[in-house]
Amino acid sequence: MEWLVATMIGLLIGCGIYLLLRSRSFPVVLGLLLLSYGVNLFVFAAGGLRVNQPPLIASGQPYADPLPQALVLTAIVIGFAMTAFVLMLALRALSELGSDRVDERQGDEES
Amino acid sequence: MSVPSMPLPLLLPLALGALLLVGARLPLSVQRFIGLLGTLCVLAAALDLLALTAQGDVLATAIGGWPPPFGIVLVCDRLSALMLTLTGLLGTAALFYASSGGADASGRHFHALFQFQLFGLVGAFLTGDLFNLFVFFEVLLIASYGLLMHGGGPARTRAALHYVVLNLVGSSLFLLGAALIYAATGTLNLADLAVRLGQLTPADARLAGAGGLLLFTVFALKAALPPLHAWMVPAYAAASAPVAALFAILTKVGLYAMLRLLSLVPDTGSGSAFVGSATWLLTGAAVLTITAGTLGALASTRLGTMIGYLVMLSMGTLLAGIAPGTAQGLAAALYYLVHTTLITAGLFLLADLIASGRAQGDRLVIGDPPRDARILAPLFLLGAIAIAGLPPLSGFLGKAWILIAVQDSAATGPAVWPWIWVAVLGSSFVVLLGLSRAGTLLLWRRRGAVSPGARANPDGGRSGLARPALVGTSALLAASPLLMLFAGPLTGFTLATARQILDNGEYVAAVAGLAPQSHASDAREEGTDR
Repeated sequence: MEWLVATMIGLLIGCGIYLLLRSRSFPVVLGLLLLSYGVNLFVFAAGGLRVNQPPLIASGQPYADPLPQALVLTAIVIGFAMTAFVLMLALRALSELGSDRVDERQGDEES
Repeated sequence: MSVPSMPLPLLLPLALGALLLVGARLPLSVQRFIGLLGTLCVLAAALDLLALTAQGDVLATAIGGWPPPFGIVLVCDRLSALMLTLTGLLGTAALFYASSGGADASGRHFHALFQFQLFGLVGAFLTGDLFNLFVFFEVLLIASYGLLMHGGGPARTRAALHYVVLNLVGSSLFLLGAALIYAATGTLNLADLAVRLGQLTPADARLAGAGGLLLFTVFALKAALPPLHAWMVPAYAAASAPVAALFAILTKVGLYAMLRLLSLVPDTGSGSAFVGSATWLLTGAAVLTITAGTLGALASTRLGTMIGYLVMLSMGTLLAGIAPGTAQGLAAALYYLVHTTLITAGLFLLADLIASGRAQGDRLVIGDPPRDARILAPLFLLGAIAIAGLPPLSGFLGKAWILIAVQDSAATGPAVWPWIWVAVLGSSFVVLLGLSRAGTLLLWRRRGAVSPGARANPDGGRSGLARPALVGTSALLAASPLLMLFAGPLTGFTLATARQILDNGEYVAAVAGLAPQSHASDAREEGTDR
């Protein structure tokens, strides 16, 4: 299972970074999304991968580490809000700048 | 020592921000009143914490009564209190300027966003938990996105897109680094980390080291160190003046987090415990930042951009003081930090005042000087002397102290001082040239010949300058002479702060004091079982 999870995290982050380096804003947003998926999985795996164990400390019983689960929940909520924000920002940039290229030359600022 | 009022500067901006969101339809004057009142209360609470910590006590509070290392703690030592006071001062001046200059009227929710920005800043300075630090970084970032975009316009949108995307990547790296450190040590509590980092097996220590370097990258991004600086100058130059003034402390949050992280690193017995082998890394970053900032400042075509590069340059100077890892260098850097934050913020406000009085805005071309040049020019001279580091103002004292401290450190550590001396002294000279050119173009020379008629009407535009805005600006710039006058007590305080950072024992003890003793030892055993 470690092998599978590690491969998935690597794949997600690799795809995310590839998309981040694209020149148009929508692939960049998708790249951020994939990157945050990969990172969330990574945080989840940081507590060790356990199957069929409760995230509760009972006496003597083995347990799954509950803290990364709580952390990843927070990270998902924050990542979701940030993605929504950056999507709106990309749309606004498209309408205000007339182009969705993220590397558009700044020029001598006219306004 | 536990203080029940400690969460106050944290909760107040949160509550007022929520209130201002609900009351978005309130008249602007009421919103201004609420915002200013909240900011003043934060400043008062910060001064209270400063007085409480000045004697060397470290204050700690467990939020919700959950004992560390499981619960989230707020910790306030001298460094936190210093940064909080700086935030309060800067916030008050910036909000005062925004309220009087009308920058808050160009869109909705300015005051709510401002309070949330303060909430994020105060939280980042007070928290004693690594993941909580991430959360407060996000809070202050999302508020800063809103503030940066405030007022709209293509330039702001373009700068904001880059700023947001780069910082989101930074947030992902932060999570990766925090997860690595948690995987290696099993804790996120900063005080607990300081203990456990010293007890790791070599394999886990490598893992934690990788996490630490990832976090260093994130903080370097926040602190705008090259090559991670690309977001900073366009964003600062595009933001409205009071927002840019408040942003002067955003880069310092990165530096603060870096200091906190470095203070956790255990003594490995290799000379300086504080930075250890990081001295050359920090020196390289400092020299690179100073060079890039200096060249950028000289090449700027607008005053706003130039001040943005001066902010970047000041980050390099601060790193130069930190690099040797000695108490003297750290104390000098902290003194310089107070100076540079207040002065660059004041310069951002001053640039806006100059730009509003000229047809050419803040572009560095020959045009008509603003009608209030007789008031603005002395202020610009004051700010320029302070930021370039000429005697008799505080910039000189800060830079000279950093240079001497770095040279003294060669006795105990690597000899980095020739690099730092060349970078700092060379950049000071070049910045002086750049500022002289800017001041001449903006305030002195006028297009065409000087006709007597043009001078005959100097009072014509007096009404164009808002008095309260001028008060806010000059209050920030007046910090420099004040820092010079009260240099004695202040340097004593920063030296004590530096010693407290270098010896993290008090910090660890204050947090450990919150935990019931038996529970704490149980927790440790469970943690090692894991």
